[in-house]
Order: sequence, then structure tokens, then C-alpha cells
Amino acid sequence: MDFALVFVQMLNGLQLGLLLFLVASGLTLVFGILDFVNLAHGSLYMLGAFVCASLTFLTGNFLIAIALALPVMAVIGWGIERVVVRQLYRRDHLDQVLGSFGLLLVFDVAVHLIWGPAGIAIPLPAWLDTHIGLAEDVVIPVYRLLIIGTGLAVAALLFWLVHHTRFGMLIRAGASDRTMAGALGIDITRLFTLVFALGAALAGLAGMLVAPITEASIGMGNSVIITAFVVIVVGGIGSMKGAFIGAMIIGLIDTLGRSFIDDGFRLIMGTAAAETAGPAVSAMLIYLLMAVILALRPQGLFPPSGR
Amino acid sequence: MRRSDLLTLTLLALLAVLPPVFFCTGHPFYLDLATRLVILAIAATSLNLVLGYGGMVSFGHAAYIGIGAYAVGIPVYHDLWGGAAWLASTSGWVHLALAMGLSALFALGTGAISLRTRGVHFIMITMAFAQMVYYLFVSLGTYGGDDGLVIEHRSRLPGISLDNPLQLYGLCLAVLVATIVIVRTIMRSRFGQVIKGARGNEERMATLGYNTYAYRLTAFVIAGAIAGLSGFLMGNFTAFISPEMMAWTRSGELMFMVILGGTATTPGPLLGTLIFIVTEELLSHYTRHWQLPFGLMLIGVVLFMRGGLTGAFRRRE
Repeated sequence: MDFALVFVQMLNGLQLGLLLFLVASGLTLVFGILDFVNLAHGSLYMLGAFVCASLTFLTGNFLIAIALALPVMAVIGWGIERVVVRQLYRRDHLDQVLGSFGLLLVFDVAVHLIWGPAGIAIPLPAWLDTHIGLAEDVVIPVYRLLIIGTGLAVAALLFWLVHHTRFGMLIRAGASDRTMAGALGIDITRLFTLVFALGAALAGLAGMLVAPITEASIGMGNSVIITAFVVIVVGGIGSMKGAFIGAMIIGLIDTLGRSFIDDGFRLIMGTAAAETAGPAVSAMLIYLLMAVILALRPQGLFPPSGR
Repeated sequence: MRRSDLLTLTLLALLAVLPPVFFCTGHPFYLDLATRLVILAIAATSLNLVLGYGGMVSFGHAAYIGIGAYAVGIPVYHDLWGGAAWLASTSGWVHLALAMGLSALFALGTGAISLRTRGVHFIMITMAFAQMVYYLFVSLGTYGGDDGLVIEHRSRLPGISLDNPLQLYGLCLAVLVATIVIVRTIMRSRFGQVIKGARGNEERMATLGYNTYAYRLTAFVIAGAIAGLSGFLMGNFTAFISPEMMAWTRSGELMFMVILGGTATTPGPLLGTLIFIVTEELLSHYTRHWQLPFGLMLIGVVLFMRGGLTGAFRRRE
């Protein structure tokens, strides 16, 4: 196991973790404040990728496309909240799960009808589509660094927003006691819509950032949503800090597991056995980790206080 | 006779008569449709035990169907192609024992952890564990991975040939009847009363001295084993199994079937599955994008039709 490979994989893990954080933070905000389970959150991730793809071809510039797609995603989130989600706040979680599952089906078909069944690759501008060499055998794509930088910046912005602004104060007030916050004259309805739109923009951003690597495809949101659930369950549902740390843990463990478990198993068992057991264990690794953490702490690592 | 039991019996009688008649008059397609319907109804009925009566929103029920179907596929694979001699078998009893035993075991392990939590935690955790099984089978290249596994021949059971569609259907229907009777009996027993009581007010049941965790876990394991049984039937029906059968959206569809028919009722899961399968079939004739009207229908049911179809039925009474 050489150092360069470990370093590159750590960066990949960090990148996956930050992308997961973008998805999970919106999910945990929406759940923590609106008490709403949104299965269609992954659809917003997918929509972000497709909207950004179209805008990239329209404007010819990936970064301008992102800047334009973010408000588009917020508006889409606003619309969903107004039309469907709002009706479900007072329902039990089962109704919320089913309602948002219906939304997910609708979005999958809508994307199919608008953009067609095939995936769409987003071309990167030349200056992003290169590599930089940090050492003799450590080469890193510039775009990965951009994802990491963006992810960290957004995380910092979110923490500042939630903990040091008036909007954040209202969010925290609404999360700890919705009725009381409403009685104190806060427009809860508008606050909820804003939070949902913010969550939609965050999920969309993650989809936009990932699309140049994996391409925008139907169903891309349906696998990421489960991983995001694992992240927030591990971190403690409703906690922003938990979502961040959970995302980092899951991103790193998943990436490193897939890279090194095969080698590890080869040391202790035969090559043939390792070739079966290696991928099987690395596929299950984050879920097993979740099981262990929940067995020790059913509420996750950092359950939000005051709820 | 209670009205809900009458509805159940009517539906079962229709299922016992119509599909075989269609089959014998040269429309085997309808028998296929009915077989799938009956198998999914078994799974939905078992889901109703935890979701409806128990109030445990388990979002991973498709995983058991997958485990049950692979419990047929993998031993048959080894019987045919060698390797893992201890697992190789074509005996239906072995497949059945594996399907139900492994499903029960999986339910016990995941239930022990997830039942310590409530509400949203429980939903997400059951989902995640089901996804773990999904990815496990995706990673097992020997058994086809993503592409799935063709089950070269069906389970051998004494006195019945599962290669005969009519006999297979008969078996599925018999299992469905047994499942409905078992779930109905359980729910009328003291055990069932505790499960229902814990859904309504857990503290009260705990104060009365019941270990609600143990009761819930038992119900969870029973439901898992029955769903594994439906997977055994599914594997024998489709003679093909792929991880896609246990994608989490499949679990969502199963839940929708239960809700559509009406949770915590005897005919609910069967009625819901019937409406689901028939609607899916009808829509897929008109459009490739049957999921669109389906999704809208789902949203509509949740927003405007609380209590499902049996609920609407009951309100009119």
C-alpha cells in the first residue's frame, strides 16, 4: 500500500463526503425544521444535474450554468413545497413517505419526457479539465479540487447561516418549537417554504457538481438518497454538525473500503475467496458501520439537542 | 359474517376461479398476471402485520423477497455448475427452509437494531439495511451481480410440479390463504392485541408489564419469514432473480399496495395489490410512462383518500 495511492483515495473520499453533505444537509434541514421525510430529495439532486446540463449547453459555460441553475432549483423546491409538501406537514411520516415517493415517480418520468432516456455528459471548461501533479506520482484532477473547495465553502456558509444570522435564528426557533415560534410572530409558513427551497438548491448543487464526472442520468438520485439517509442516521437526524461529520465518515470509509479491503483480505485468505468477499464486504461496509453505531447510540452520534 | 371478511372471501374466490378459467380458455397471460398478484399479495399481507397493525413503517420489505428468491437460485446454481457442494440442492424443502430461515434471521438482526428507534429513524434504517442486501447481491459477480441470475430449474417438491403454471398458481393461492388466516389469527390473539396496543400507546403497554420490544421484534421476524416465503414463490415463478427486484422503490410499491387497500385490515393488502397490479397493467397498455399517472395517483391517494379503499368503503357504511 503506497502513500500516494492512500493520499489520492483520501481526497476522493473527502470529495464524496462533501457531495454527500450537500445532499444530507438539505435533508436534515427539511427534517429537522419541517419534520418532513422527503424521499424526493434525490429527485432534486437529479433535476439539478439535468437543469445544469441544459444551461451549460445554452450558455456554453459550466460555471455560469451552475449560477443560473441554483435559483432555478430553489424555485422548483418552492413550487413543490407549495403544491404538495405543505399539505403533508401535519400528517404522519407514513403519508409523507408515500407522498414524496409519488413525487419521485413523477419526477423520474418528467425527466425522461423532457431530456430523453439517455444520460447527458456535461463538458468542463478546459482549465478545469486538467490535472495537477503534487508529487512525482500524485496527480489530481483540478475539478476534484473545485468540488472539495465548493463543498467546504458551502458547509462554512451553512454553519454561518444557521448559527450567526437572523434567518438561522428563526430556523432554530422553528425547529425547537414550531407553535411557540409562530405565536411570537414568525411567519412559519414562509420560513418553511424558504427552508425547503434552500434544501432543494443544496441537493441540486450536489447533482450539478457530480454531473461532469458521472453524467446526469435518470435514477441517479435514487441511490444517493439512501446513502444520505445513512449519513444523517449516523450523524443524528436533524443535526447539521452530525450531517457534516457523518458525511465525512461515510465518504471516507466507503472510498477507502472499496480501494483497500480487497488487498487486506488477500493477506488473510486465499485470492479466490478474497475476490468474492472483498467486494461483498466493501459494498456493505457503510451499512455495517451504521448498524454498529446505532447499536451503541440509537439516536446517532450527534443528536440535536432541545428536541 | 363481518363485511371485511366477506370482501376477503369474495376476492379470494375470484382469484381461485377466474385465472384458471382464463388459462384453460387459452389466455395464459392472465394466469401469469394473477400469479404475480398473489405472490405480491402474500408479501403485502406480511407487511401489513408490521406496518398496519404494528405501526412500524418498515421500508425494506422487498429485501426479503430477494433473499427468498436467491435462496432458490443459488442452491440450484451450485447444483448445476458445481462449487459449494454443501449448498447445492434442487429440493424445494431446502430452498423453503433457506428462504424463510435466512429472512427470519435477517429480520431478527436488523429488527433488533432498528426497533430500538422510532418514527423516521426506523423508516430510514430499515431502508438502509434493505439497500445493504441489494448492494451485496450486486457485488456477488458469481451469481450474475447486476445482471441477475437465471434459475435453471424450479424447486422440486413432492406431488406437485412448479413447472406447471396451474399447479404453481394453486400453491401460491394456498399460501396466500394460509398467510391471510395466520395474520388474522395472530391479530385476534393476545399477542396481536399487545402489538396493536403498542401502536396506540406504547407507554401504557409497557406499564402494563409487556415487553413491547420483544413483541414487536417477534412480529417483525414473522413478517420477514412470510415475505421470504413469497420470495421463494417469486423465484420459482419468474425463474430469474436480479437485485433490481429488491431495489428500495420496490419496497415503496409494496407499502403503497398496503396503504391503497387500507392498513390494519384483513382484505386491505389483497385489495391494494389487486388494484395496483391491474392499474399498472392497464396503464402500461396506453403508455410506456405508466409511472407518471401512477405517481400522481399515489399523491392523490395520500392527499385525499385517507384510510385507503377499505377506509372509503367503511365510511360509506
